[in-house]
Amino acid sequence: MSETKKFMYVNRKAPYGTIYAWESLEVVLIGAAFEQDVSVAFIDDGVFQLTKDQDTKEAGMKNFSPTYSALGDYEIKKIYVEKESLEERGLSLDDLQHLTWEDEDEDYAEKDLIQLVTRAEMADILAGQDVLFNF
Amino acid sequence: MKLTIQVNEGPYQHQASDSAYWFTKTALEKGHEIFRVFFYHDGVNNGTRLTTPPQDDRNIVKRWSELGEQHSLDLVVCVAAAQRRGVVDEGEAKRNGKDATNIAPGFRISGLGQLVEGAIQSDRLVVFGD
Repeated sequence: MSETKKFMYVNRKAPYGTIYAWESLEVVLIGAAFEQDVSVAFIDDGVFQLTKDQDTKEAGMKNFSPTYSALGDYEIKKIYVEKESLEERGLSLDDLQHLTWEDEDEDYAEKDLIQLVTRAEMADILAGQDVLFNF
Repeated sequence: MKLTIQVNEGPYQHQASDSAYWFTKTALEKGHEIFRVFFYHDGVNNGTRLTTPPQDDRNIVKRWSELGEQHSLDLVVCVAAAQRRGVVDEGEAKRNGKDATNIAPGFRISGLGQLVEGAIQSDRLVVFGD
Protein backbone atom coordinates (compact mmCIF):
# COMPACT_ATOMS: atom_id res chain seq x y z
CA MET A 1 0.00 0.00 0.00
CA SER A 2 2.33 2.71 -1.19
CA GLU A 3 -0.34 4.98 -2.61
CA THR A 4 -1.09 8.05 -0.50
CA LYS A 5 -4.54 9.57 -0.65
CA LYS A 6 -5.97 12.74 0.78
CA PHE A 7 -8.23 11.48 3.55
CA MET A 8 -10.69 13.74 5.31
CA TYR A 9 -12.86 12.83 8.26
CA VAL A 10 -15.91 15.09 8.32
CA ASN A 11 -17.67 15.43 11.67
CA ARG A 12 -21.12 16.96 11.54
CA LYS A 13 -22.85 15.88 14.76
CA ALA A 14 -22.86 16.86 18.43
CA PRO A 15 -20.77 14.56 20.62
CA TYR A 16 -23.17 12.70 22.93
CA GLY A 17 -26.67 12.66 21.40
CA THR A 18 -25.51 9.92 19.03
CA ILE A 19 -22.42 7.74 18.92
CA TYR A 20 -21.19 8.98 15.53
CA ALA A 21 -18.65 11.42 17.00
CA TRP A 22 -17.00 8.86 19.26
CA GLU A 23 -16.92 6.12 16.64
CA SER A 24 -15.59 8.61 14.09
CA LEU A 25 -12.72 9.39 16.43
CA GLU A 26 -11.98 5.67 16.63
CA VAL A 27 -11.62 5.53 12.85
CA VAL A 28 -9.31 8.56 12.89
CA LEU A 29 -7.04 6.91 15.47
CA ILE A 30 -6.93 3.55 13.67
CA GLY A 31 -6.57 5.23 10.28
CA ALA A 32 -3.48 7.10 11.46
CA ALA A 33 -1.50 3.85 11.16
CA PHE A 34 -2.08 3.82 7.39
CA GLU A 35 0.10 6.88 6.72
CA GLN A 36 -2.28 8.78 4.45
CA ASP A 37 -2.52 12.55 4.08
CA VAL A 38 -5.12 13.01 6.81
CA SER A 39 -7.20 15.98 7.84
CA VAL A 40 -10.23 16.28 10.09
CA ALA A 41 -13.10 18.72 9.60
CA PHE A 42 -15.75 19.91 12.04
CA ILE A 43 -18.89 21.49 10.63
CA ASP A 44 -22.50 22.07 11.73
CA ASP A 45 -23.13 20.62 15.23
CA GLY A 46 -19.82 18.79 14.85
CA VAL A 47 -18.07 21.89 16.22
CA PHE A 48 -19.48 21.01 19.66
CA GLN A 49 -17.18 17.97 19.69
CA LEU A 50 -14.16 20.22 20.25
CA THR A 51 -15.59 22.42 23.02
CA LYS A 52 -13.50 22.53 26.18
CA ASP A 53 -14.55 21.65 29.73
CA GLN A 54 -16.99 18.96 28.67
CA ASP A 55 -18.60 17.28 31.67
CA THR A 56 -20.64 14.16 31.02
CA LYS A 57 -20.99 13.00 34.62
CA GLU A 58 -24.69 13.82 34.88
CA ALA A 59 -25.38 12.06 31.58
CA GLY A 60 -23.61 8.92 32.80
CA MET A 61 -21.59 8.74 29.59
CA LYS A 62 -17.88 8.52 28.94
CA ASN A 63 -16.27 11.90 28.30
CA PHE A 64 -14.11 11.15 25.27
CA SER A 65 -13.18 14.78 24.57
CA PRO A 66 -9.65 14.48 26.10
CA THR A 67 -8.84 12.11 23.22
CA TYR A 68 -8.87 15.02 20.74
CA SER A 69 -5.74 16.40 22.38
CA ALA A 70 -3.92 13.20 21.33
CA LEU A 71 -4.59 13.75 17.62
CA GLY A 72 -1.36 15.72 17.20
CA ASP A 73 0.58 12.69 18.47
CA TYR A 74 -1.14 10.61 15.81
CA GLU A 75 0.52 12.69 13.10
CA ILE A 76 -2.63 14.64 12.36
CA LYS A 77 -1.59 18.14 11.44
CA LYS A 78 -4.73 19.61 9.95
CA ILE A 79 -8.02 20.18 11.74
CA TYR A 80 -10.43 22.50 9.98
CA VAL A 81 -13.27 24.13 11.92
CA GLU A 82 -15.92 26.00 9.98
CA LYS A 83 -16.23 29.59 11.15
CA GLU A 84 -19.91 30.01 10.29
CA SER A 85 -20.84 26.80 12.13
CA LEU A 86 -19.19 28.17 15.28
CA GLU A 87 -20.85 31.57 14.95
CA GLU A 88 -24.31 30.15 14.28
CA ARG A 89 -24.02 28.33 17.60
CA GLY A 90 -22.75 31.32 19.57
CA LEU A 91 -19.28 29.82 19.83
CA SER A 92 -15.82 31.15 19.07
CA LEU A 93 -12.34 29.64 18.88
CA ASP A 94 -11.93 30.44 22.61
CA ASP A 95 -14.66 27.93 23.45
CA LEU A 96 -12.69 25.10 21.84
CA GLN A 97 -9.83 23.04 23.23
CA HIS A 98 -6.40 24.36 22.32
CA LEU A 99 -5.01 21.54 20.21
CA THR A 100 -1.41 21.42 19.02
CA TRP A 101 1.04 19.27 17.11
CA GLU A 102 4.82 19.22 17.20
CA ASP A 103 6.62 19.96 13.93
CA GLU A 104 9.68 17.72 13.90
CA ASP A 105 11.07 19.63 10.89
CA GLU A 106 11.21 22.77 13.01
CA ASP A 107 12.81 21.41 16.17
CA TYR A 108 9.48 20.12 17.47
CA ALA A 109 7.92 23.57 17.54
CA GLU A 110 4.41 23.43 18.93
CA LYS A 111 1.89 24.53 16.33
CA ASP A 112 -1.84 25.13 16.42
CA LEU A 113 -3.79 22.18 15.07
CA ILE A 114 -7.09 23.96 14.55
CA GLN A 115 -7.49 26.16 11.49
CA LEU A 116 -10.58 28.31 11.31
CA VAL A 117 -11.92 28.37 7.74
CA THR A 118 -14.95 29.96 6.12
CA ARG A 119 -17.77 27.92 4.62
CA ALA A 120 -16.53 28.78 1.13
CA GLU A 121 -12.98 27.72 2.01
CA MET A 122 -14.32 24.51 3.53
CA ALA A 123 -16.12 23.75 0.28
CA ASP A 124 -12.83 24.06 -1.61
CA ILE A 125 -11.01 21.90 0.94
CA LEU A 126 -13.71 19.20 0.68
CA ALA A 127 -13.53 19.31 -3.11
CA GLY A 128 -9.78 18.70 -2.97
CA GLN A 129 -9.99 15.39 -1.09
CA ASP A 130 -9.67 11.86 -2.47
CA VAL A 131 -11.67 10.18 0.30
CA LEU A 132 -14.32 11.65 2.58
CA PHE A 133 -15.30 9.77 5.72
CA ASN A 134 -18.58 11.32 6.67
CA PHE A 135 -19.80 11.09 10.26
CA MET B 1 -14.86 0.96 -10.97
CA LYS B 2 -13.72 -0.55 -7.69
CA LEU B 3 -15.95 0.41 -4.77
CA THR B 4 -16.01 0.04 -1.00
CA ILE B 5 -19.44 0.42 0.58
CA GLN B 6 -19.91 1.67 4.13
CA VAL B 7 -23.24 1.03 5.90
CA ASN B 8 -23.72 3.16 9.00
CA GLU B 9 -27.31 2.41 10.03
CA GLY B 10 -29.20 -0.58 11.32
CA PRO B 11 -31.81 -2.48 9.28
CA TYR B 12 -35.51 -1.48 9.26
CA GLN B 13 -34.93 1.59 11.45
CA HIS B 14 -33.33 3.43 8.58
CA GLN B 15 -33.38 3.17 4.79
CA ALA B 16 -29.58 3.36 4.55
CA SER B 17 -29.15 -0.40 4.58
CA ASP B 18 -31.80 -0.90 1.86
CA SER B 19 -30.20 1.81 -0.28
CA ALA B 20 -26.75 0.31 0.23
CA TYR B 21 -28.06 -3.11 -0.75
CA TRP B 22 -29.71 -1.91 -3.97
CA PHE B 23 -26.70 0.23 -4.83
CA THR B 24 -24.33 -2.71 -4.31
CA LYS B 25 -26.53 -5.12 -6.28
CA THR B 26 -26.91 -2.68 -9.18
CA ALA B 27 -23.21 -1.80 -9.21
CA LEU B 28 -22.38 -5.51 -9.51
CA GLU B 29 -24.92 -5.95 -12.32
CA LYS B 30 -23.33 -3.03 -14.16
CA GLY B 31 -19.95 -4.74 -13.97
CA HIS B 32 -18.36 -2.78 -11.14
CA GLU B 33 -16.20 -4.45 -8.53
CA ILE B 34 -17.16 -4.34 -4.85
CA PHE B 35 -13.93 -4.51 -2.89
CA ARG B 36 -15.69 -4.69 0.46
CA VAL B 37 -18.91 -3.84 2.30
CA PHE B 38 -18.10 -2.47 5.75
CA PHE B 39 -20.77 -2.27 8.45
CA TYR B 40 -20.19 0.39 11.10
CA HIS B 41 -22.13 2.11 13.91
CA ASP B 42 -25.60 0.49 14.17
CA GLY B 43 -24.91 -0.91 10.71
CA VAL B 44 -23.39 -3.93 12.45
CA ASN B 45 -26.96 -5.02 13.21
CA ASN B 46 -27.29 -5.93 9.53
CA GLY B 47 -25.09 -8.92 10.36
CA THR B 48 -27.12 -10.82 12.97
CA ARG B 49 -28.72 -14.05 11.78
CA LEU B 50 -31.28 -13.87 14.62
CA THR B 51 -33.22 -11.19 12.75
CA THR B 52 -36.80 -12.38 12.15
CA PRO B 53 -38.88 -9.84 10.23
CA PRO B 54 -42.59 -10.47 9.49
CA GLN B 55 -43.00 -12.86 6.56
CA ASP B 56 -44.51 -10.25 4.26
CA ASP B 57 -41.50 -7.95 4.65
CA ARG B 58 -38.01 -8.14 3.14
CA ASN B 59 -35.37 -10.00 5.11
CA ILE B 60 -32.52 -7.48 5.03
CA VAL B 61 -29.93 -9.70 6.69
CA LYS B 62 -30.69 -12.72 4.53
CA ARG B 63 -30.62 -10.50 1.47
CA TRP B 64 -27.05 -9.38 2.27
CA SER B 65 -25.99 -12.97 2.97
CA GLU B 66 -27.41 -14.14 -0.37
CA LEU B 67 -25.86 -11.29 -2.35
CA GLY B 68 -22.60 -11.99 -0.56
CA GLU B 69 -22.69 -15.66 -1.52
CA GLN B 70 -23.60 -14.96 -5.14
CA HIS B 71 -20.75 -12.52 -5.65
CA SER B 72 -18.23 -13.69 -3.03
CA LEU B 73 -18.57 -10.32 -1.31
CA ASP B 74 -16.39 -9.42 1.66
CA LEU B 75 -19.04 -8.42 4.23
CA VAL B 76 -17.16 -7.01 7.22
CA VAL B 77 -18.69 -6.05 10.56
CA CYS B 78 -16.58 -3.66 12.65
CA VAL B 79 -15.36 -5.43 15.78
CA ALA B 80 -15.47 -2.45 18.13
CA ALA B 81 -18.97 -1.45 17.02
CA ALA B 82 -20.09 -5.10 17.11
CA GLN B 83 -18.84 -5.63 20.67
CA ARG B 84 -20.86 -2.63 21.86
CA ARG B 85 -24.00 -3.91 20.18
CA GLY B 86 -23.73 -7.65 20.78
CA VAL B 87 -22.92 -8.97 17.33
CA VAL B 88 -20.75 -12.01 18.02
CA ASP B 89 -18.90 -14.70 16.06
CA GLU B 90 -17.13 -17.73 17.52
CA GLY B 91 -13.81 -16.00 18.03
CA GLU B 92 -15.42 -13.04 19.76
CA ALA B 93 -17.60 -15.31 21.92
CA LYS B 94 -14.51 -17.12 23.13
CA ARG B 95 -12.49 -13.97 23.68
CA ASN B 96 -15.22 -12.23 25.64
CA GLY B 97 -16.70 -15.21 27.45
CA LYS B 98 -20.10 -15.10 25.70
CA ASP B 99 -22.38 -18.13 25.55
CA ALA B 100 -23.73 -17.58 22.04
CA THR B 101 -22.96 -16.32 18.56
CA ASN B 102 -25.25 -14.53 16.14
CA ILE B 103 -23.16 -13.55 13.13
CA ALA B 104 -25.05 -14.13 9.88
CA PRO B 105 -23.69 -16.38 7.10
CA GLY B 106 -21.18 -14.67 4.84
CA PHE B 107 -20.32 -11.91 7.32
CA ARG B 108 -17.06 -11.68 9.22
CA ILE B 109 -15.98 -9.53 12.15
CA SER B 110 -12.80 -7.51 11.76
CA GLY B 111 -11.18 -4.19 12.63
CA LEU B 112 -11.59 -0.62 11.44
CA GLY B 113 -8.39 -1.02 9.48
CA GLN B 114 -10.50 -2.92 6.95
CA LEU B 115 -12.53 0.24 6.31
CA VAL B 116 -9.43 2.39 5.90
CA GLU B 117 -7.82 -0.21 3.63
CA GLY B 118 -11.03 -0.31 1.58
CA ALA B 119 -10.89 3.46 1.12
CA ILE B 120 -7.25 3.26 0.02
CA GLN B 121 -7.71 0.33 -2.36
CA SER B 122 -10.96 1.46 -3.99
CA ASP B 123 -11.72 4.16 -6.53
CA ARG B 124 -14.62 5.34 -4.39
CA LEU B 125 -15.83 4.93 -0.82
CA VAL B 126 -19.63 5.15 -0.88
CA VAL B 127 -21.22 5.84 2.52
CA PHE B 128 -24.85 5.13 3.43
CA GLY B 129 -26.32 6.71 6.56
CA ASP B 130 -27.17 10.00 8.21
